Amino acid sequence: MSDLAWIEAAITAARPQALGALLRYFRDLDIAEEAFQDACLRALRAWPRNGPPRDPAAWLILVGRNSGIDQTRRIRRQTELPPEEAISDLGDVEAPLAERLDGAHYRDDVLRLLFVCCHSELPATQQIALALRIVCGLGVAQIARAFLVGESAMEQRITRAKARIAKAEVPFEAPGAVERAQRLGVVADMIYLVFNEGYSAADDPAGARASLCGEAIRLARLLLRLFPAESEIMGLLALMLIQHARAGARVDADGQIVLLEDQDRSSWNRTMIGEGLALLDKAMRHRRRGPHQVRAAIAALHARAARPEDTDWPQIERLYGALERLEPSPVVTLNRAVAVAKVAGPAAALAMIEPLAPRLGGYFHFFGVRGALLMQLGRASEARAAFDRAIALANTAAEATHIRAHLDRLAREAQPPSAVR
Amino acid sequence: MLYAFLCYNDEDAVFSWSQEEDDAVMAGLDKVHQGLVAKRKFGPAVRLMPTTAATTLRKDSDTPLVLDGPYAETKEQLLGFYVIDCEDLDEALGVARDLAKANPGGAYEIRPLRLFLPGVLPT
Repeated sequence: MSDLAWIEAAITAARPQALGALLRYFRDLDIAEEAFQDACLRALRAWPRNGPPRDPAAWLILVGRNSGIDQTRRIRRQTELPPEEAISDLGDVEAPLAERLDGAHYRDDVLRLLFVCCHSELPATQQIALALRIVCGLGVAQIARAFLVGESAMEQRITRAKARIAKAEVPFEAPGAVERAQRLGVVADMIYLVFNEGYSAADDPAGARASLCGEAIRLARLLLRLFPAESEIMGLLALMLIQHARAGARVDADGQIVLLEDQDRSSWNRTMIGEGLALLDKAMRHRRRGPHQVRAAIAALHARAARPEDTDWPQIERLYGALERLEPSPVVTLNRAVAVAKVAGPAAALAMIEPLAPRLGGYFHFFGVRGALLMQLGRASEARAAFDRAIALANTAAEATHIRAHLDRLAREAQPPSAVR
Repeated sequence: MLYAFLCYNDEDAVFSWSQEEDDAVMAGLDKVHQGLVAKRKFGPAVRLMPTTAATTLRKDSDTPLVLDGPYAETKEQLLGFYVIDCEDLDEALGVARDLAKANPGGAYEIRPLRLFLPGVLPT
């Protein structure tokens, strides 16, 4: 790996901790970001010359802190601080110093940095964009591509979201146990949103949106290292790893969606699945059930089935039932209905989802599932109506194409054999 | 003499490598491995899952305590190890330098083996 690639990887990895510490120090996101940026520029100059520091995060915090102070002093026309060579020459002295500065805080620093992005007044998409920009350090252009909007539109959106959180009270005092647990929950949900934003992007598996899955996994790993006994963070990371392991198999060469039961299971990433199963195993030991763990357990049952027909559908149905109790939502019920269809047949599943119609009237998957169940029951014209509705509600071209394939099949079956030439 | 090479690196950095970067590092390492295989010096080698997958059993009390996470919280984490047959420390350091060229960052702790049981597991 080249010097530059190594430095970039080290800076990316150190970013949440370093920026989180600078945010606590300056209590202003803009100053903190600028200080961090400056520290990175200095790192690009100093590291190739002096060799990598023992602790990149500590180096960036120290240099960034001095740069930020320098900046505020320069504004006040006061004396400048010594240049960064004086700091980087300290060598091993830097690490214990930074540790004294931050050792006790860094868990909460990173959590706070993530938490400020989760401001409850911000819509989910803005929370995601903000987290990607601030915590992950993704460029505006890259985020814009992920959200399929123009760069200037995304720039504006992020600026506005930042202005919003700048006005909000940022909780700088170290949180108590309850408060910390609440923040963790909020942050975990936001990370899952980031993941889903990437996961739903079946259209471009290797593109900008798919990279969001990787970022979400990285954030969850980071959180779990900071809070190693949190079973819900274990569950979240397990869930994302197992789902992401299937990324390559979810889309075929033509960009079409491949359903779980049609996927080439040999192309699933076994390393990721192995890590996911190990994490789920660890989480279960705590016997503190939570929605992310239940979702991970469902994903694990799919991952464990060597062939689609080996899938333990009764257990999946029970787990969706558990999820319904933890987080009641019509979408979860819809998912349970899919499992019910496998266990008890399409009629039972259809009866289950009919009452959901008023609440899921604008939901693509509702009509996709409904159409598929009606098709299995031989009610072709009703199935066609449901599929038409699904196409109208499809979020991506791949989703629409997938439904169209069902419609084509219905059309073929509707034609009398004599009409086929 | 058999030496263990304990591989330490910043796992945050290692796990933010892209698949391409990871593949490139592994390909570079494989060249070093193959050289050692050809000289019949290459023993078992493992790459570990991240420390988040680790569980620790503390056995210094009567009822051992099970803790989530790795045994030691360190700036750089134990991410794998090799067992390699080397004439002496000089040769071992040479091997470590070759490995380091392919996989920069972090450190190799080189420690002679006191006992080696090859085990029965198939690869």
